[in-house]
Amino acid sequence: MPERQLTGTRLRNRRIDRGMKQSALAQAVGISPSYLNLIEHNRRRIGGKLLSDIARELAVEPEMLVEGTASAVRIPLQEAAAEFRSAAPEEARIDELVARLPGWAALIGAQQDRIAQLEARVQRLTDRLTHDPQVASALHEVISTVTAIRSTASILVDSEDLDRDWQARFHRNLDTDSLRLSESSQALMGYLDMNADAAAQVQSPLEIAEAEMAARGYAYPELERGEASPEALSADLPDPRAREILRNWLSIFAEDARHLPAEAFAPAARKLAHDPLRLARMFDQPLDRVFRRLAALPEDGDHPVMGLAICDQAGVVVFQKPVMEFHLPRSAAACPFWPVFQALTQPGRPVRRIVGLPGASGTAFDCAAVARDFGAPSFDGPSQVVATMLVRPARPETDRAPALVGPGCRVCPVEGCTARRQPSLLQDGT
Amino acid sequence: MGRRVLLIEDEPNIIEAISFILSKDGWTVHTHADGETAVDRVRDGAPDLLILDVMLPGRSGFDILRELREGDAPDLPILMLTARGQQRDRDMAEQLGATRFMTKPFSNSEVLETVRALAGP
Repeated sequence: MPERQLTGTRLRNRRIDRGMKQSALAQAVGISPSYLNLIEHNRRRIGGKLLSDIARELAVEPEMLVEGTASAVRIPLQEAAAEFRSAAPEEARIDELVARLPGWAALIGAQQDRIAQLEARVQRLTDRLTHDPQVASALHEVISTVTAIRSTASILVDSEDLDRDWQARFHRNLDTDSLRLSESSQALMGYLDMNADAAAQVQSPLEIAEAEMAARGYAYPELERGEASPEALSADLPDPRAREILRNWLSIFAEDARHLPAEAFAPAARKLAHDPLRLARMFDQPLDRVFRRLAALPEDGDHPVMGLAICDQAGVVVFQKPVMEFHLPRSAAACPFWPVFQALTQPGRPVRRIVGLPGASGTAFDCAAVARDFGAPSFDGPSQVVATMLVRPARPETDRAPALVGPGCRVCPVEGCTARRQPSLLQDGT
Repeated sequence: MGRRVLLIEDEPNIIEAISFILSKDGWTVHTHADGETAVDRVRDGAPDLLILDVMLPGRSGFDILRELREGDAPDLPILMLTARGQQRDRDMAEQLGATRFMTKPFSNSEVLETVRALAGP
Protein backbone atom coordinates (compact mmCIF):
# COMPACT_ATOMS: atom_id res chain seq x y z
CA MET A 1 0.00 0.00 0.00
CA PRO A 2 1.29 3.48 -0.69
CA GLU A 3 2.89 4.98 2.40
CA ARG A 4 0.97 8.23 2.00
CA GLN A 5 -2.14 6.60 3.44
CA LEU A 6 -0.48 6.60 6.84
CA THR A 7 0.27 10.29 6.75
CA GLY A 8 -2.86 11.38 8.60
CA THR A 9 -2.17 9.09 11.53
CA ARG A 10 1.44 10.22 11.80
CA LEU A 11 0.47 13.80 11.53
CA ARG A 12 -2.06 13.40 14.35
CA ASN A 13 0.45 11.57 16.56
CA ARG A 14 3.04 14.26 15.98
CA ARG A 15 0.55 17.02 16.82
CA ILE A 16 -0.53 15.26 20.02
CA ASP A 17 3.10 14.62 20.98
CA ARG A 18 3.75 18.35 20.72
CA GLY A 19 0.66 19.14 22.78
CA MET A 20 -0.88 21.18 19.98
CA LYS A 21 -4.62 21.49 19.61
CA GLN A 22 -6.23 20.48 16.35
CA SER A 23 -7.87 23.88 16.01
CA ALA A 24 -4.57 25.68 16.54
CA LEU A 25 -2.82 23.70 13.85
CA ALA A 26 -5.74 24.13 11.46
CA GLN A 27 -5.71 27.88 11.98
CA ALA A 28 -1.92 28.06 11.53
CA VAL A 29 -2.08 26.45 8.12
CA GLY A 30 -5.31 28.09 7.02
CA ILE A 31 -7.75 25.18 6.90
CA SER A 32 -10.84 24.32 8.92
CA PRO A 33 -10.51 22.05 11.97
CA SER A 34 -13.06 19.65 10.44
CA TYR A 35 -10.95 19.30 7.30
CA LEU A 36 -7.83 18.68 9.39
CA ASN A 37 -9.81 16.09 11.32
CA LEU A 38 -10.59 14.26 8.08
CA ILE A 39 -6.90 14.37 7.10
CA GLU A 40 -5.79 13.10 10.48
CA HIS A 41 -8.12 10.13 10.16
CA ASN A 42 -6.89 9.37 6.68
CA ARG A 43 -10.17 10.23 5.08
CA ARG A 44 -8.63 12.97 2.96
CA ARG A 45 -5.32 12.90 1.17
CA ILE A 46 -2.65 15.48 1.80
CA GLY A 47 0.38 16.61 -0.15
CA GLY A 48 2.13 19.57 -1.70
CA LYS A 49 2.07 22.92 0.03
CA LEU A 50 -0.40 21.93 2.75
CA LEU A 51 1.82 19.01 3.80
CA SER A 52 4.86 21.33 3.88
CA ASP A 53 2.96 23.92 5.94
CA ILE A 54 1.76 21.36 8.47
CA ALA A 55 5.21 19.79 8.71
CA ARG A 56 6.69 23.23 9.36
CA GLU A 57 4.19 23.89 12.15
CA LEU A 58 4.94 20.47 13.65
CA ALA A 59 8.71 21.03 13.33
CA VAL A 60 9.28 17.93 11.27
CA GLU A 61 10.50 17.24 7.77
CA PRO A 62 7.55 16.62 5.42
CA GLU A 63 8.96 13.29 4.28
CA MET A 64 8.93 12.10 7.87
CA LEU A 65 5.18 12.47 7.91
CA VAL A 66 4.97 10.51 4.70
CA GLU A 67 7.67 7.93 5.28
CA GLY A 68 7.95 7.96 9.03
CA THR A 69 7.43 5.32 11.61
CA ALA A 70 5.02 3.08 9.76
CA SER A 71 4.80 -0.45 11.02
CA ALA A 72 6.48 -1.54 7.82
CA VAL A 73 9.59 0.30 9.00
CA ARG A 74 9.22 -0.19 12.75
CA ILE A 75 8.56 -3.93 12.84
CA PRO A 76 11.80 -5.05 11.14
CA LEU A 77 13.72 -2.65 13.36
CA GLN A 78 12.02 -3.99 16.47
CA GLU A 79 12.73 -7.53 15.35
CA ALA A 80 16.38 -6.70 14.66
CA ALA A 81 16.69 -5.09 18.09
CA ALA A 82 15.08 -8.07 19.79
CA GLU A 83 17.16 -10.66 17.98
CA PHE A 84 20.48 -8.88 18.51
CA ARG A 85 19.86 -7.68 22.01
CA SER A 86 23.48 -8.38 22.93
CA ALA A 87 24.37 -5.33 20.83
CA ALA A 88 22.34 -3.27 23.34
CA PRO A 89 20.35 -1.25 20.80
CA GLU A 90 18.37 1.67 22.22
CA GLU A 91 14.96 0.14 21.56
CA ALA A 92 13.06 3.07 23.01
CA ARG A 93 14.62 5.35 20.42
CA ILE A 94 13.54 3.54 17.26
CA ASP A 95 11.33 6.41 16.19
CA GLU A 96 14.20 8.82 16.69
CA LEU A 97 16.46 6.63 14.54
CA VAL A 98 13.88 6.57 11.78
CA ALA A 99 13.38 10.31 12.00
CA ARG A 100 17.02 11.34 12.11
CA LEU A 101 18.66 8.67 9.97
CA PRO A 102 15.96 7.32 7.67
CA GLY A 103 18.48 5.78 5.27
CA TRP A 104 20.25 3.79 7.97
CA ALA A 105 16.91 2.75 9.46
CA ALA A 106 15.79 1.50 6.07
CA LEU A 107 19.08 -0.36 5.67
CA ILE A 108 18.71 -2.12 9.04
CA GLY A 109 15.12 -2.99 8.19
CA ALA A 110 16.13 -4.32 4.78
CA GLN A 111 18.88 -6.42 6.33
CA GLN A 112 16.48 -7.82 8.90
CA ASP A 113 14.04 -8.72 6.12
CA ARG A 114 16.88 -10.34 4.20
CA ILE A 115 17.89 -12.39 7.25
CA ALA A 116 14.29 -13.56 7.62
CA GLN A 117 14.17 -14.49 3.94
CA LEU A 118 17.45 -16.41 4.16
CA GLU A 119 16.32 -18.21 7.30
CA ALA A 120 13.11 -19.19 5.51
CA ARG A 121 15.19 -20.44 2.60
CA VAL A 122 17.43 -22.53 4.86
CA GLN A 123 14.34 -23.96 6.54
CA ARG A 124 12.86 -24.78 3.14
CA LEU A 125 16.03 -26.58 2.07
CA THR A 126 16.23 -28.44 5.38
CA ASP A 127 12.60 -29.48 5.09
CA ARG A 128 13.26 -30.65 1.61
CA LEU A 129 16.23 -32.82 2.55
CA THR A 130 14.30 -34.24 5.48
CA HIS A 131 10.86 -34.72 4.03
CA ASP A 132 11.06 -34.72 0.23
CA PRO A 133 10.19 -38.33 -0.66
CA GLN A 134 12.04 -38.13 -3.97
CA VAL A 135 15.26 -36.97 -2.35
CA ALA A 136 14.89 -39.59 0.41
CA SER A 137 14.28 -42.33 -2.13
CA ALA A 138 17.19 -41.24 -4.34
CA LEU A 139 19.57 -41.06 -1.36
CA HIS A 140 18.44 -44.49 -0.21
CA GLU A 141 19.18 -45.87 -3.65
CA VAL A 142 22.66 -44.32 -3.69
CA ILE A 143 23.56 -45.52 -0.19
CA SER A 144 22.25 -49.03 -0.80
CA THR A 145 24.30 -49.31 -3.98
CA VAL A 146 27.41 -47.98 -2.26
CA THR A 147 26.90 -50.57 0.49
CA ALA A 148 26.71 -53.39 -2.04
CA ILE A 149 29.81 -52.12 -3.86
CA ARG A 150 31.80 -51.74 -0.65
CA SER A 151 30.87 -55.17 0.59
CA THR A 152 31.51 -56.88 -2.73
CA ALA A 153 34.83 -55.13 -3.28
CA SER A 154 35.97 -56.16 0.20
CA ILE A 155 35.15 -59.78 -0.54
CA LEU A 156 37.18 -59.67 -3.75
CA VAL A 157 40.17 -58.10 -1.99
CA ASP A 158 40.06 -60.10 1.22
CA SER A 159 39.22 -63.58 -0.13
CA GLU A 160 42.43 -64.89 -1.67
CA ASP A 161 40.99 -68.37 -2.17
CA LEU A 162 37.84 -67.20 -3.97
CA ASP A 163 37.02 -69.59 -6.82
CA ARG A 164 36.62 -68.33 -10.36
CA ASP A 165 32.82 -68.65 -10.43
CA TRP A 166 32.39 -66.50 -7.33
CA GLN A 167 34.98 -64.03 -8.63
CA ALA A 168 33.12 -63.69 -11.90
CA ARG A 169 29.83 -63.31 -10.08
CA PHE A 170 31.10 -60.55 -7.79
CA HIS A 171 32.75 -58.76 -10.69
CA ARG A 172 29.42 -58.73 -12.49
CA ASN A 173 27.76 -57.40 -9.36
CA LEU A 174 30.35 -54.63 -9.12
CA ASP A 175 29.75 -53.77 -12.74
CA THR A 176 25.97 -53.59 -12.38
CA ASP A 177 26.18 -51.71 -9.07
CA SER A 178 28.67 -49.15 -10.35
CA LEU A 179 26.42 -48.52 -13.34
CA ARG A 180 23.43 -48.21 -11.02
CA LEU A 181 25.33 -45.83 -8.74
CA SER A 182 26.26 -43.67 -11.69
CA GLU A 183 22.65 -43.48 -12.84
CA SER A 184 21.13 -42.89 -9.41
CA SER A 185 23.63 -40.16 -8.51
CA GLN A 186 23.04 -38.44 -11.85
CA ALA A 187 19.29 -38.65 -11.29
CA LEU A 188 19.71 -37.17 -7.81
CA MET A 189 21.85 -34.31 -9.08
CA GLY A 190 19.40 -33.68 -11.90
CA TYR A 191 16.51 -33.51 -9.47
CA LEU A 192 18.38 -31.14 -7.15
CA ASP A 193 19.42 -28.91 -10.06
CA MET A 194 15.93 -28.91 -11.50
CA ASN A 195 14.44 -27.74 -8.23
CA ALA A 196 17.22 -25.41 -7.14
CA ASP A 197 15.34 -22.34 -8.29
CA ALA A 198 12.14 -23.43 -6.59
CA ALA A 199 13.95 -24.13 -3.33
CA ALA A 200 15.75 -20.83 -3.46
CA GLN A 201 12.62 -18.89 -4.23
CA VAL A 202 11.93 -16.55 -1.39
CA GLN A 203 8.35 -15.66 -2.25
CA SER A 204 5.57 -18.19 -2.37
CA PRO A 205 3.28 -18.26 -5.44
CA LEU A 206 0.58 -16.67 -3.28
CA GLU A 207 2.88 -13.81 -2.37
CA ILE A 208 3.95 -13.32 -5.98
CA ALA A 209 0.32 -13.09 -7.11
CA GLU A 210 -0.47 -10.69 -4.30
CA ALA A 211 2.56 -8.53 -5.07
CA GLU A 212 1.39 -8.30 -8.68
CA MET A 213 -2.05 -7.08 -7.55
CA ALA A 214 -0.45 -4.62 -5.10
CA ALA A 215 1.73 -3.24 -7.90
CA ARG A 216 -1.45 -2.50 -9.83
CA GLY A 217 -3.00 -0.88 -6.79
CA TYR A 218 -5.55 -3.72 -6.77
CA ALA A 219 -7.23 -1.93 -9.68
CA TYR A 220 -8.16 -3.69 -12.92
CA PRO A 221 -10.44 -1.24 -14.76
CA GLU A 222 -10.11 -3.18 -18.03
CA LEU A 223 -11.45 -6.24 -16.21
CA GLU A 224 -14.37 -4.22 -14.86
CA ARG A 225 -15.19 -2.97 -18.35
CA GLY A 226 -14.95 -6.47 -19.79
CA GLU A 227 -12.10 -5.39 -22.07
CA ALA A 228 -9.60 -7.96 -20.76
CA SER A 229 -9.94 -11.46 -19.41
CA PRO A 230 -8.41 -12.84 -16.18
CA GLU A 231 -6.28 -15.12 -18.39
CA ALA A 232 -4.88 -12.19 -20.37
CA LEU A 233 -4.23 -10.09 -17.27
CA SER A 234 -2.35 -12.88 -15.52
CA ALA A 235 -0.46 -14.15 -18.56
CA ASP A 236 2.71 -12.14 -17.89
CA LEU A 237 3.49 -13.79 -14.56
CA PRO A 238 6.38 -16.21 -15.21
CA ASP A 239 5.57 -18.56 -12.31
CA PRO A 240 2.74 -20.85 -13.47
CA ARG A 241 1.45 -21.42 -9.92
CA ALA A 242 1.34 -17.69 -9.18
CA ARG A 243 -0.33 -17.17 -12.56
CA GLU A 244 -3.03 -19.66 -11.67
CA ILE A 245 -3.66 -18.00 -8.30
CA LEU A 246 -3.86 -14.53 -9.88
CA ARG A 247 -6.19 -15.80 -12.60
CA ASN A 248 -8.50 -17.31 -9.98
CA TRP A 249 -8.69 -14.07 -8.01
CA LEU A 250 -9.27 -11.99 -11.11
CA SER A 251 -12.07 -14.35 -12.12
CA ILE A 252 -13.71 -13.78 -8.74
CA PHE A 253 -13.27 -10.01 -9.05
CA ALA A 254 -14.73 -10.08 -12.57
CA GLU A 255 -17.75 -12.00 -11.29
CA ASP A 256 -18.13 -9.47 -8.45
CA ALA A 257 -18.02 -6.60 -10.94
CA ARG A 258 -20.66 -8.30 -13.09
CA HIS A 259 -23.07 -8.47 -10.14
CA LEU A 260 -22.13 -5.08 -8.72
CA PRO A 261 -21.07 -2.88 -11.65
CA ALA A 262 -19.03 0.16 -10.68
CA GLU A 263 -21.40 2.67 -12.29
CA ALA A 264 -24.21 1.57 -9.97
CA PHE A 265 -22.23 0.41 -6.95
CA ALA A 266 -19.87 3.36 -6.45
CA PRO A 267 -22.60 6.05 -6.16
CA ALA A 268 -24.71 3.76 -3.98
CA ALA A 269 -21.72 3.14 -1.71
CA ARG A 270 -21.24 6.89 -1.33
CA LYS A 271 -24.92 7.44 -0.68
CA LEU A 272 -25.12 4.72 1.96
CA ALA A 273 -21.89 5.85 3.65
CA HIS A 274 -20.17 2.63 2.52
CA ASP A 275 -22.35 0.59 4.85
CA PRO A 276 -21.85 -3.00 3.66
CA LEU A 277 -25.04 -4.39 5.20
CA ARG A 278 -27.28 -1.81 3.55
CA LEU A 279 -25.47 -2.25 0.25
CA ALA A 280 -25.91 -6.02 0.44
CA ARG A 281 -29.63 -5.56 1.02
CA MET A 282 -29.96 -2.93 -1.70
CA PHE A 283 -28.28 -5.07 -4.37
CA ASP A 284 -29.43 -8.41 -2.94
CA GLN A 285 -25.88 -9.73 -2.98
CA PRO A 286 -23.89 -11.74 -0.43
CA LEU A 287 -22.01 -9.67 2.10
CA ASP A 288 -18.58 -11.04 1.23
CA ARG A 289 -19.05 -9.89 -2.36
CA VAL A 290 -19.98 -6.42 -1.13
CA PHE A 291 -16.81 -6.40 1.01
CA ARG A 292 -14.68 -7.26 -2.02
CA ARG A 293 -16.35 -4.59 -4.13
CA LEU A 294 -15.95 -1.94 -1.45
CA ALA A 295 -12.26 -2.76 -1.16
CA ALA A 296 -11.94 -2.47 -4.94
CA LEU A 297 -13.35 1.07 -5.06
CA PRO A 298 -10.84 3.67 -6.24
CA GLU A 299 -9.11 5.46 -3.40
CA ASP A 300 -10.11 8.98 -4.24
CA GLY A 301 -11.85 11.69 -2.29
CA ASP A 302 -15.20 9.95 -2.67
CA HIS A 303 -14.29 6.74 -0.89
CA PRO A 304 -12.39 5.99 2.30
CA VAL A 305 -9.36 3.74 2.14
CA MET A 306 -10.42 0.14 2.64
CA GLY A 307 -8.44 -3.06 3.04
CA LEU A 308 -9.47 -6.66 2.74
CA ALA A 309 -8.42 -10.01 4.14
CA ILE A 310 -9.67 -13.43 3.10
CA CYS A 311 -8.80 -16.64 4.90
CA ASP A 312 -9.68 -20.25 4.41
CA GLN A 313 -11.10 -22.73 6.89
CA ALA A 314 -7.65 -23.48 8.32
CA GLY A 315 -7.15 -19.79 9.08
CA VAL A 316 -4.59 -19.35 6.31
CA VAL A 317 -4.66 -15.85 4.84
CA VAL A 318 -5.17 -16.50 1.14
CA PHE A 319 -5.60 -12.90 0.06
CA GLN A 320 -5.12 -9.51 1.58
CA LYS A 321 -5.10 -5.91 0.56
CA PRO A 322 -3.23 -4.15 3.37
CA VAL A 323 -4.39 -0.76 4.53
CA MET A 324 -2.42 1.61 6.71
CA GLU A 325 -0.86 -0.50 9.47
CA PHE A 326 -3.22 -3.39 8.90
CA HIS A 327 -1.32 -6.33 7.50
CA LEU A 328 -1.82 -9.92 8.59
CA PRO A 329 1.36 -12.00 8.76
CA ARG A 330 1.42 -14.99 6.47
CA SER A 331 4.55 -16.82 7.62
CA ALA A 332 3.78 -16.49 11.32
CA ALA A 333 0.28 -17.10 12.57
CA ALA A 334 -1.81 -13.97 12.95
CA CYS A 335 -3.61 -12.80 16.06
CA PRO A 336 -6.79 -14.88 16.50
CA PHE A 337 -8.67 -11.81 17.72
CA TRP A 338 -9.00 -10.41 14.21
CA PRO A 339 -12.70 -10.68 13.33
CA VAL A 340 -11.89 -12.58 10.12
CA PHE A 341 -10.90 -15.58 12.24
CA GLN A 342 -13.82 -15.17 14.61
CA ALA A 343 -16.22 -15.16 11.65
CA LEU A 344 -14.95 -18.62 10.70
CA THR A 345 -16.63 -20.06 13.77
CA GLN A 346 -20.11 -18.90 12.74
CA PRO A 347 -20.55 -19.01 8.96
CA GLY A 348 -23.31 -16.73 7.70
CA ARG A 349 -23.32 -14.44 10.74
CA PRO A 350 -21.55 -11.11 10.22
CA VAL A 351 -19.11 -9.94 12.86
CA ARG A 352 -18.18 -6.31 13.38
CA ARG A 353 -15.51 -5.03 15.75
CA ILE A 354 -13.57 -1.84 16.28
CA VAL A 355 -10.04 -3.02 16.84
CA GLY A 356 -6.80 -1.24 17.58
CA LEU A 357 -3.19 -2.18 17.11
CA PRO A 358 -1.01 -1.85 20.19
CA GLY A 359 1.82 0.63 19.96
CA ALA A 360 2.45 4.24 19.31
CA SER A 361 0.05 5.05 16.51
CA GLY A 362 -2.96 3.43 18.13
CA THR A 363 -4.82 3.41 14.84
CA ALA A 364 -8.32 2.01 15.25
CA PHE A 365 -9.90 -0.07 12.50
CA ASP A 366 -13.53 -0.79 11.83
CA CYS A 367 -13.58 -4.45 10.78
CA ALA A 368 -16.57 -6.27 9.38
CA ALA A 369 -16.25 -9.96 8.58
CA VAL A 370 -18.42 -12.78 7.39
CA ALA A 371 -17.78 -16.43 6.54
CA ARG A 372 -19.55 -18.33 3.79
CA ASP A 373 -19.59 -22.04 2.99
CA PHE A 374 -18.82 -22.47 -0.71
CA GLY A 375 -19.07 -26.26 -0.58
CA ALA A 376 -21.96 -28.08 -2.23
CA PRO A 377 -24.75 -28.87 0.28
CA SER A 378 -24.12 -32.37 1.56
CA PHE A 379 -24.39 -34.36 4.78
CA ASP A 380 -21.11 -36.15 4.22
CA GLY A 381 -19.04 -33.86 1.99
CA PRO A 382 -16.48 -31.46 3.41
CA SER A 383 -17.42 -27.85 4.04
CA GLN A 384 -15.49 -25.12 2.29
CA VAL A 385 -15.79 -22.11 4.52
CA VAL A 386 -14.06 -18.89 3.51
CA ALA A 387 -14.06 -15.78 5.70
CA THR A 388 -13.81 -12.27 4.27
CA MET A 389 -13.04 -9.14 6.29
CA LEU A 390 -13.36 -5.51 5.24
CA VAL A 391 -10.99 -3.19 7.11
CA ARG A 392 -11.46 0.57 7.34
CA PRO A 393 -9.96 3.23 9.57
CA ALA A 394 -12.51 3.69 12.35
CA ARG A 395 -14.44 6.93 12.30
CA PRO A 396 -13.04 9.29 14.89
CA GLU A 397 -16.48 9.91 16.33
CA THR A 398 -17.06 6.24 17.06
CA ASP A 399 -17.96 5.68 20.69
CA ARG A 400 -16.76 2.09 20.76
CA ALA A 401 -13.46 1.52 22.50
CA PRO A 402 -11.20 -0.49 20.23
CA ALA A 403 -10.37 -4.04 21.26
CA LEU A 404 -6.63 -4.72 21.06
CA VAL A 405 -5.44 -7.08 18.37
CA GLY A 406 -1.79 -7.78 17.66
CA PRO A 407 0.09 -8.06 14.39
CA GLY A 408 1.13 -11.57 15.53
CA CYS A 409 2.54 -12.88 18.81
CA ARG A 410 6.17 -12.39 17.83
CA VAL A 411 5.95 -8.61 17.62
CA CYS A 412 2.97 -8.01 19.88
CA PRO A 413 3.66 -6.27 23.18
CA VAL A 414 0.30 -7.03 24.85
CA GLU A 415 0.98 -8.61 28.21
CA GLY A 416 -1.20 -11.31 29.74
CA CYS A 417 -2.91 -12.08 26.43
CA THR A 418 -4.96 -15.26 26.70
CA ALA A 419 -4.34 -16.11 23.05
CA ARG A 420 -0.55 -15.79 23.14
CA ARG A 421 1.15 -18.72 21.41
CA GLN A 422 4.76 -17.66 21.84
CA PRO A 423 6.67 -15.01 23.79
CA SER A 424 6.97 -11.60 22.21
CA LEU A 425 10.31 -10.36 20.96
CA LEU A 426 9.40 -6.91 22.19
CA GLN A 427 10.38 -5.63 25.57
CA ASP A 428 8.56 -3.32 27.90
CA GLY A 429 5.47 -3.16 25.71
CA THR A 430 7.18 -0.69 23.39
CA MET B 1 24.78 -77.38 9.99
CA GLY B 2 25.72 -74.01 11.47
CA ARG B 3 23.54 -71.66 13.34
CA ARG B 4 20.78 -70.04 11.32
CA VAL B 5 20.65 -66.38 10.40
CA LEU B 6 17.74 -64.88 8.51
CA LEU B 7 18.55 -61.83 6.40
CA ILE B 8 15.54 -59.71 5.45
CA GLU B 9 16.82 -57.28 2.82
CA ASP B 10 15.63 -56.32 -0.65
CA GLU B 11 18.90 -55.33 -2.35
CA PRO B 12 20.06 -58.44 -4.28
CA ASN B 13 23.77 -57.62 -4.27
CA ILE B 14 23.80 -56.78 -0.56
CA ILE B 15 22.02 -60.08 0.05
CA GLU B 16 24.64 -61.89 -1.97
CA ALA B 17 27.60 -60.22 -0.28
CA ILE B 18 26.33 -60.68 3.28
CA SER B 19 25.25 -64.23 2.57
CA PHE B 20 28.73 -64.99 1.25
CA ILE B 21 30.66 -63.66 4.22
CA LEU B 22 28.34 -65.21 6.80
CA SER B 23 28.28 -68.57 5.02
CA LYS B 24 32.06 -68.53 4.93
CA ASP B 25 32.00 -67.93 8.67
CA GLY B 26 29.91 -71.07 9.19
CA TRP B 27 26.41 -69.64 9.31
CA THR B 28 23.42 -71.11 7.52
CA VAL B 29 21.97 -68.07 5.79
CA HIS B 30 18.34 -67.76 4.74
CA THR B 31 17.13 -64.69 2.94
CA HIS B 32 13.80 -62.96 2.42
CA ALA B 33 13.08 -59.75 0.50
CA ASP B 34 9.44 -58.93 1.20
CA GLY B 35 8.36 -56.84 4.19
CA GLU B 36 4.75 -57.92 4.14
CA THR B 37 5.44 -61.61 4.74
CA ALA B 38 8.58 -61.14 6.85
CA VAL B 39 6.97 -61.92 10.22
CA ASP B 40 5.64 -65.26 8.92
CA ARG B 41 9.06 -66.06 7.53
CA VAL B 42 10.67 -65.44 10.95
CA ARG B 43 8.00 -67.55 12.66
CA ASP B 44 8.44 -70.44 10.21
CA GLY B 45 12.22 -70.28 10.00
CA ALA B 46 12.95 -69.93 13.74
CA PRO B 47 16.38 -68.35 13.13
CA ASP B 48 19.01 -67.90 15.82
CA LEU B 49 19.55 -64.33 14.67
CA LEU B 50 17.75 -61.86 12.43
CA ILE B 51 19.28 -59.14 10.25
CA LEU B 52 16.49 -56.76 9.32
CA ASP B 53 16.58 -53.85 6.89
CA VAL B 54 14.40 -50.81 7.71
CA MET B 55 13.24 -49.87 4.22
CA LEU B 56 11.54 -52.88 2.70
CA PRO B 57 8.88 -53.26 0.04
CA GLY B 58 5.45 -53.80 1.57
CA ARG B 59 6.23 -52.97 5.19
CA SER B 60 8.70 -50.98 7.25
CA GLY B 61 11.37 -52.86 9.21
CA PHE B 62 10.25 -50.90 12.30
CA ASP B 63 6.73 -52.33 12.00
CA ILE B 64 8.12 -55.83 11.62
CA LEU B 65 10.37 -55.31 14.65
CA ARG B 66 7.43 -54.10 16.76
CA GLU B 67 5.28 -57.11 15.85
CA LEU B 68 8.08 -59.56 16.54
CA ARG B 69 8.84 -58.05 19.93
CA GLU B 70 5.18 -58.01 20.91
CA GLY B 71 4.59 -61.54 19.62
CA ASP B 72 6.71 -64.53 18.72
CA ALA B 73 10.23 -63.24 19.11
CA PRO B 74 10.66 -61.13 22.23
CA ASP B 75 14.23 -62.34 22.80
CA LEU B 76 15.52 -62.99 19.27
CA PRO B 77 18.78 -61.08 18.61
CA ILE B 78 17.91 -58.57 15.89
CA LEU B 79 20.40 -56.41 13.99
CA MET B 80 18.69 -53.50 12.22
CA LEU B 81 20.21 -52.14 9.01
CA THR B 82 19.36 -48.75 7.63
CA ALA B 83 20.56 -46.25 5.08
CA ARG B 84 19.47 -43.49 7.44
CA GLY B 85 21.75 -42.82 10.37
CA GLN B 86 19.64 -40.15 11.98
CA GLN B 87 19.37 -40.16 15.74
CA ARG B 88 15.60 -40.47 15.64
CA ASP B 89 15.91 -43.72 13.66
CA ARG B 90 18.34 -45.05 16.24
CA ASP B 91 16.02 -43.99 19.03
CA MET B 92 13.08 -45.65 17.30
CA ALA B 93 15.02 -48.89 16.80
CA GLU B 94 16.10 -48.90 20.43
CA GLN B 95 12.61 -48.09 21.67
CA LEU B 96 11.11 -50.93 19.65
CA GLY B 97 13.64 -53.41 20.97
CA ALA B 98 16.36 -53.80 18.33
CA THR B 99 19.43 -55.50 19.77
CA ARG B 100 21.85 -53.53 17.57
CA PHE B 101 21.58 -50.86 14.91
CA MET B 102 23.95 -50.48 11.95
CA THR B 103 24.07 -47.73 9.33
CA LYS B 104 24.79 -48.38 5.66
CA PRO B 105 27.35 -48.38 4.17
CA PHE B 106 29.05 -50.79 6.58
CA SER B 107 32.15 -52.95 6.29
CA ASN B 108 32.03 -56.72 6.06
CA SER B 109 34.14 -57.09 9.19
CA GLU B 110 31.71 -54.84 11.06
CA VAL B 111 28.78 -57.07 10.11
CA LEU B 112 30.66 -60.21 10.92
CA GLU B 113 31.85 -59.03 14.32
CA THR B 114 28.38 -57.79 15.25
CA VAL B 115 26.70 -61.03 14.23
CA ARG B 116 29.24 -63.05 16.21
CA ALA B 117 28.77 -60.82 19.24
CA LEU B 118 24.98 -61.04 19.10
CA ALA B 119 24.96 -64.82 18.70
CA GLY B 120 27.16 -65.31 21.74
CA PRO B 121 29.49 -68.21 22.36
